[in-house]
Amino acid sequence: MSEPTGRQGTGGPPGGAAAPPPAVGGGYGEPWPAAPPGEPVLDQAARTRVDELLRRYPTKRAALIPVLHVAQRRCGGWLPDYAIEEVAGALELPPAEVYGVVTFYDLFHQKPVGRHRIRVCTNLSCQLRGSDEVMEALAAELGVDEGEVTPDGRCSFTHFECLGSCDTAPMMMVDDTYHESLTPERAVEIVRGLG
Amino acid sequence: MAYEKVLTRNVGRPAARTVAGYKKAGGYAGLAAALKMQPEEVVEEVKKSGLRGRGGAGFPAGMKWGFIPKDHDGPKYLVCNADESEPGTFKDRLLMEHEPQQLIEGCVICCYAVGAATCYVYIRGEYTAANAIMEEAIRDAYDAGVLGDSVMGSGFSLDMYMHVGAGAYICGEETGMLESLEGKRGQPRVKPPFPALVGAFGAPTVINNVETLANVPHIVERGADWFKAIGTDERNTGPKLYAISGHVERPGTYEYPIGVPFRTLLDGCGGMWRGRQLKAYIPGGASAAILPGEEHLDLPMDFDAIAKAGSMLGSAAVMVMDETTCMVRSVARLAKFFNHESCGQCTPCREGTNWMELLLTRIEQGQGREQDASLLSNICTHVAGNSLCALGDAAVGPVKSLVETYSGEIEAHVREGGCPFPPIRVFGNGNGGPQDSVHGAAGEAAG
Repeated sequence: MSEPTGRQGTGGPPGGAAAPPPAVGGGYGEPWPAAPPGEPVLDQAARTRVDELLRRYPTKRAALIPVLHVAQRRCGGWLPDYAIEEVAGALELPPAEVYGVVTFYDLFHQKPVGRHRIRVCTNLSCQLRGSDEVMEALAAELGVDEGEVTPDGRCSFTHFECLGSCDTAPMMMVDDTYHESLTPERAVEIVRGLG
Repeated sequence: MAYEKVLTRNVGRPAARTVAGYKKAGGYAGLAAALKMQPEEVVEEVKKSGLRGRGGAGFPAGMKWGFIPKDHDGPKYLVCNADESEPGTFKDRLLMEHEPQQLIEGCVICCYAVGAATCYVYIRGEYTAANAIMEEAIRDAYDAGVLGDSVMGSGFSLDMYMHVGAGAYICGEETGMLESLEGKRGQPRVKPPFPALVGAFGAPTVINNVETLANVPHIVERGADWFKAIGTDERNTGPKLYAISGHVERPGTYEYPIGVPFRTLLDGCGGMWRGRQLKAYIPGGASAAILPGEEHLDLPMDFDAIAKAGSMLGSAAVMVMDETTCMVRSVARLAKFFNHESCGQCTPCREGTNWMELLLTRIEQGQGREQDASLLSNICTHVAGNSLCALGDAAVGPVKSLVETYSGEIEAHVREGGCPFPPIRVFGNGNGGPQDSVHGAAGEAAG
């Protein structure tokens, strides 16, 4: 019974090539096409998904977080005011209530983010394995401090709380993909390889 | 007698993610057995097993189920807590990515036992891969007649949905989770009423952790007596997943009978990395007090023994630290986490966690003052027990143990005007072992 049974990381082999983001239901993770300027954030396809979500819950409001995920994907990874208001309208909620929810959660953003979102776990298990050094290396590579977006809009860069991959520390999440067992060099290499 | 793995039998076997593959490996026998029993009998069996919640609090699962009113006229819910966010914890992710049908089976049995017709699995937003695998497994379970109308032809019907969170530790607190599920800010509720009476959407609700529910099929299939025979005593029963991280050779999720000594865990993951010395370990996630290593090498890793030693089993996230580790730096990082994650509705927690981070960061950076240790103690006294949920208490855990056990390190920082420990650099290939090593081994367990 001693065969080592590997836990499937979300990023393939440790620090290796990024796997494409998996298709996920529930309004999350799917590559929703960006809404063209002037077009509604919740287009026909998104509305269909919203209707499907609404059938899951006894209240409309319960669909709010899943619908915000869809809206954010349609807006390049963040939620402009008009998107928040459109979601509020679709779920018959006061916009202020939706703002309250958006500001509470770390995965919703009210400012533009980079085309790629780099989140480096720096909580204790990763810190013990050198995540501070990974942060330093990436800050130098990107030329920005954490919490900032590169001037060309390519990457947003931030530390993050525990991502549940402590056995492969240090690690980072780039968009939807986990990159594990990092060295500073490999982290830089991965970031250079982003489109 | 060698210990035979229960919860992680199918780890590394993708075929078992489908109903057909899982059945081939012996799965869904527990559900078949449950459907032949009366719902109350299932509750009784789980009560008898002594299964305690694996999410952190260790509340007896069967008792929780027993609180759900039987004669309630209206919907009841099961919410599976898959918001695994306790720093150092990654066991539920393993169970969802490798054993999704086992979790579904546990959920269905629970719903049958308490009379719930809807189950939501609240998963943290960062777990995209686990969510995808669960979605796929749920679809397959519907197709195979394990979910939906008349589960396995029994006449009992159940719907199950994944519900994706959006990044907030507090949503792992059960009433914070319910608020979030209802589309609100995840701020914990005043209790009572408890969720068993007034839970999701005002209805009676069971909330159980992923690992707790994963145990259920095995209890029903093999019986409470079999389950009780695993573990240290009547109050600490069954298999347990330990998520081991930090300065060990092979970090990973390891399955053992609950209550194995810490030494067994350490040996099982190859010992201290690089031949270094053990300094301390945290037995149960960021909320647990730090234990000096040498004195607690033989501590049984169960709920009661760890509580007696002044810490807690929590989520069984074991973080191991070698002799080069700065305790001030480590606890400052945890304080930063709790400050960030405090939802802000209770003043002692909101303000206290902020001061803890400020003071500890100051000490680590060499600007600490002599009186800071007693100030930290004072803050702990004012935070503990004074907020609606356990987050405040959790924040106190590591800080209190720093002040009580490692005050010498605080003094050294103040005296030397800086941190006496070296910065932590990534070792070699980043994970201490060969680059292509299989990580996260659900390892061999001692009998």
